[in-house]
Amino acid sequence: MEQNAGPSSDIDSPPNLRRVAIDPITRVEGHGKITLLLDADNHIHEARFHIVEFRGFEKFIQGRPYWEVPFIVQRLCGICPVSHQLAAAKAVDQLVGVERLTPTAEKLRRLLHFGQTLQSHALHFFHLSSPDLLFGFGSDPAQRNIVGVLEKYPDLALKGVKLRKYGQQIIAAISGKRIHGTATVPGGMSKPLAVAERDALLVDIKNILAWSQDALALNEQIHTAHPEHYRFATIRSNFLSVVGGGGELELYHGGLRARSATGAMIFDQFDYRGFQDILREEVRPWSYMKFPYLVELGKEQGWYRVGPLARVNNCDFISTPLAEAARKHFREFGQGGFVQDTLAYHWARMIEILHCAESIEVLLHDPDITGTDLVADLGEKRSVGVGVIEAPRGTLFHHYRIDEQGLIVKANLIVSTTSNNQAMNESVRSVANEYLEGREITEGLLNHLEVAVRAYDPCLSCATHALGKMPLQVELLDADGVLLDRLVKGSNGVIERTV
Amino acid sequence: MSADIKQSPITKNTITIDGQEIPFLAGQTIMDAALAAGVYIPHLCHRQGFTPHGSCKLCVVDIASRSASACTMPAVAGQQISNNTPALNEARKTITQMLFIEGNHICPSCEKCGDCTLQAMAYHLGMLDGHFPQFFQRREVDASHPTVMLDRDRCILCELCVRASREVDGKNVFAIAGRGINAHLVVNSASGKLVDSDLETSDMAAHICPVGAILIKEHGYEVPIGQRTFDLHQVSEIGLEKTILTKVRQPDE
Repeated sequence: MEQNAGPSSDIDSPPNLRRVAIDPITRVEGHGKITLLLDADNHIHEARFHIVEFRGFEKFIQGRPYWEVPFIVQRLCGICPVSHQLAAAKAVDQLVGVERLTPTAEKLRRLLHFGQTLQSHALHFFHLSSPDLLFGFGSDPAQRNIVGVLEKYPDLALKGVKLRKYGQQIIAAISGKRIHGTATVPGGMSKPLAVAERDALLVDIKNILAWSQDALALNEQIHTAHPEHYRFATIRSNFLSVVGGGGELELYHGGLRARSATGAMIFDQFDYRGFQDILREEVRPWSYMKFPYLVELGKEQGWYRVGPLARVNNCDFISTPLAEAARKHFREFGQGGFVQDTLAYHWARMIEILHCAESIEVLLHDPDITGTDLVADLGEKRSVGVGVIEAPRGTLFHHYRIDEQGLIVKANLIVSTTSNNQAMNESVRSVANEYLEGREITEGLLNHLEVAVRAYDPCLSCATHALGKMPLQVELLDADGVLLDRLVKGSNGVIERTV
Repeated sequence: MSADIKQSPITKNTITIDGQEIPFLAGQTIMDAALAAGVYIPHLCHRQGFTPHGSCKLCVVDIASRSASACTMPAVAGQQISNNTPALNEARKTITQMLFIEGNHICPSCEKCGDCTLQAMAYHLGMLDGHFPQFFQRREVDASHPTVMLDRDRCILCELCVRASREVDGKNVFAIAGRGINAHLVVNSASGKLVDSDLETSDMAAHICPVGAILIKEHGYEVPIGQRTFDLHQVSEIGLEKTILTKVRQPDE
């Protein structure tokens, strides 16, 4: 670790605070670090959530052929590779001049993505977050994990496992593998869904619908019955998401919509191919993760949240009846305004899981889904392609430029977790102010900070904190930047005080 | 003396591989005789009908007290040959590991995945890792040709493309330049680029690469997982090479 008396970040901080720069301690995906800065009165002045690994995908795909890109970039993640493959595939469609897919290809991509979102959301709630919500944030860490859930709530936990399994069965049927399969080709899909594969997926769909409803009811009950959850890590933010042409919740394709915390429309139905006109990224020296912001509101006010909370707040309606009823209930909870409760991410996520289940049933009964017309006629080649999709964690941007030989010369990916960067920092700061102020750091505090981060379902969380053991480091600094206390939780779940 | 030979079993023009007696015709190599008899000897650079090259060394077999490449060693009556032995297969695995670490064989995202003979060979030999430090090559990608791409980082120097161009296509598009660790695939054109060569999409040289070094541009990942060559076949199946290269894609396909 290197302590650095260099300039502070753009976030407001008094001159007598020093920024502590920590070199990447690992290149392994999923290590987080939280730094807290105390001012002279021992109040929390700054809380920072750092991502310290460097992946470099945008660099090392340079020089690779464009048709290879969906299958390189999907390796960014083991939980939502389908979203990366599809976002890249949508960009590639533009590169080969395809404006519209065949009906079967588009429906297969949608089915694939619903399966992806269903399994990712199930993973996040049942495996990663339910221990916090069912046992309490400060409960015994020996129980606060999926094994503890399996022991105390076996029926619930098994439903979670089966929900995830079903989503993966859809992915495997369409892309050949549950993780990192190959489904897309420029302008379409590579494989039809066989009737037998479709019929196999239909066998369990009623159970999936029922279990999704159960999960939604449980999350709604947990949130509404705990007033302390309303304000935990809660911040007021702008929201960004893709919506359909009618303003409906949309996960695969649509226009960009951003609204302010008060609900005022910032832009709507914006063609995402021009996203650079409305979205910029700021680089700060203490994190490898960028800070995107809405150009219209500027760096200070333009940060926003993406993901289930943003999508369910932002849309005008949901196209499937059960999820729409749940959305209305959700909005009633917000008393006509946006629900800004950070922990309501879980509730919104389960509204979406129900929408996925309903949509999967509709698609499986659609005759087009077993069609064989998979690839559209290619059009005139273009040098720039932008693919945007609503990944489980939020709006995902893939932007590529190719040369005349078809090789990538520039790539920019704005992943969902990046869009939530500022928000996660704000939430961590909120929790630190409420729970740490004047207190010694404890395991309970550590988990409260994790709960705040975990609500956003960041990729960091997905990749690393299996069994509730997200590697995490918390530092307490005084106004002069002197390290007062540090707790480090390793990937084995053991917490050590290193100061 | 000649009468004795006629009465001896070895006068039947046979060789013995791992205890199995195998007939051969005059002029055949050990590899030719083995494949004709349905006996698999691992190989990467050999292809029936092409001039033997003997470069990959996977087909090295033990003949009495010496070792030799089966693809270049003529069959001689009475040879006692060891092929499928733990020691030889271990050596073959080591050679395969060297091929992997000398190039950039990123199977998870390679469009040749599932159709790659090197990958299939690694599975066949039970290779679990690269073992040796990775070279992380940065060789030039040549995408100048309108329909064919050359990714030198994947080249294993088998010279199949060199021989296909010369012996089947009647051209001389490819060659190996440099020696030892500096050996690399070059293109015979004034600029050294594929675009200035006389390579055509229909040439066998454009399709014969056993790895992913020479590829048809703008096509890839079109065969679903589960239907790729080595999803359906073992690399040790005799005659598999013919089924792999049954169709040469035309530019408009």
